[in-house]
Amino acid sequence: MMRLRALFLLPAWAFTLLLFLAPLLIIVVYSLQTKGVYGGVVEPWTLENYTRLFDPLYGVILFRSFLMAGVSTLGCIVLAFPLALYIARSGTRKTLLLNLVMLPFWTSFLVRTYAWMFLLRDTGLVNSVLLALGVIAEPLPLLYNDWAVIVGLIYGYLPFAVLPLYSNLERLDKSLLEAAADLGAKPWEAMLHVVLPLTAPGMRAAGVLVFIPCLGAYLTPDLLGGGKSMMIGNLVQNQFTSARDWPFGSALSLALMLIVMLLLWALLRRDGEEVL
Amino acid sequence: MKQRLLPLYVVCLYAFLHLPLMILCAFSFNSSRFTVWEGFSLVWYQAMWNDGALAEATWNSLLIAVVSTVLATIVGTLGAYGLWKRNSKILSGSLYLSLVTPEIITGIALLATFQWAFRYFQLQLGMHTVILAHVTFSIAYVLLVVMARLRTADPALEEAALDLGATEWQAFRLVTLPMLKPGIAAAALLAFTVSFDDYVITSLVAGVDSETLPMMLYAMARRGANPVVSAISTVIFVGLGILIVASERLQKA
Repeated sequence: MMRLRALFLLPAWAFTLLLFLAPLLIIVVYSLQTKGVYGGVVEPWTLENYTRLFDPLYGVILFRSFLMAGVSTLGCIVLAFPLALYIARSGTRKTLLLNLVMLPFWTSFLVRTYAWMFLLRDTGLVNSVLLALGVIAEPLPLLYNDWAVIVGLIYGYLPFAVLPLYSNLERLDKSLLEAAADLGAKPWEAMLHVVLPLTAPGMRAAGVLVFIPCLGAYLTPDLLGGGKSMMIGNLVQNQFTSARDWPFGSALSLALMLIVMLLLWALLRRDGEEVL
Repeated sequence: MKQRLLPLYVVCLYAFLHLPLMILCAFSFNSSRFTVWEGFSLVWYQAMWNDGALAEATWNSLLIAVVSTVLATIVGTLGAYGLWKRNSKILSGSLYLSLVTPEIITGIALLATFQWAFRYFQLQLGMHTVILAHVTFSIAYVLLVVMARLRTADPALEEAALDLGATEWQAFRLVTLPMLKPGIAAAALLAFTVSFDDYVITSLVAGVDSETLPMMLYAMARRGANPVVSAISTVIFVGLGILIVASERLQKA
């Protein structure tokens, strides 16, 4: 019995070792070396790439990434909570409503991001409509700024917030709400003192699940921020392409990876695997 | 009051989720290049149809998606079966980690690895590196879906088969595999869409001969307004929609 199972694991092991773990190891090695004159990596070994992470030049980008990912995550949770509550209480239509949340997810992330370029650009739909209505005289600069990136991130990762909140709210014991009502709590009081504390695990899960991809986002800031609104992902890409500084790019990637792992570890430790 | 506010809010949120894509599709039929409706036209679809480079990129994307889906589905299904009961925390942990690793990191790590390997082999970036990358990131998706299915499976059935004299292979092939079919189909569909859509990793490990559809879409979007992008997007929606409906039918049949 055991032999066949061990054999079955071989291909998965091979891919994981050769094309996931080994690449990460190579990045670790690169991060400890020095940039060559024509790109690439050369000796000597150094920790300089890691100390450069604290350079204010890059610190600004790191700080902005955290801020934008944080705002987007908060936005996702606030927007998703009432929806999750509604779905959890809607009986037989639950599956349909959940599928409707997931539907845009099946379409290409690139296309979903482009849809916002289409809406927000100077000659885009929002500006065209506002101009036609005479609300504004000149197109508003809606695209290529931090807010456009945040809208894109919220749009892209909202389903990641809805699902954990929904499964948390779904398991919520309804008699607790009735008890609160019987004891004289108004609906909003019951919501604040009963429902919200009990959905803390769902919110933590939603928070981590949205924050991780937002922090590592590349495509959204690239297309909607138009180079003006760089995040860590763009900085990494930049080091590996135009700046040709692979060692620093590697150190940046590992720092980002470490944050992702710490967040996930903290969540799993606090709430266990069921929370995902 | 609350009873009326919440449904209204929910409608608004669904509009936020779906309207941008619907508007994009609608304007792909606009005869004007600008976001002012000037009448129904298929001119952008015609432009799309006559674009040779676009056809080639689509062909590349389909080929990569099909080959990597087949490989990832086999590797992932076998892996899920292997991990069933006999859990290897390092393997499953690595696979889950690969799911949350930012795409840009997966991409540059793979690029660095391929470049390093090419010092020893006379090879270049191309279709094969893209396929290898796609198989690698699709395995975790397949594993996740098939494992979920396995969790509902009864291990006693396979034990019964073994007690009755079936070999390990027969027990897998004739008892467990048929139970997993719907899960495998769902996993393959997911792997296909993930592969077909990928831009970030693909663009890093692609060579000169392997430009994919998302890479072309990206380049067009980057250059600014282009109704052809809307037309391609619409075709992708319809294609994926047909694929999802067809696979649901197949799973029920």
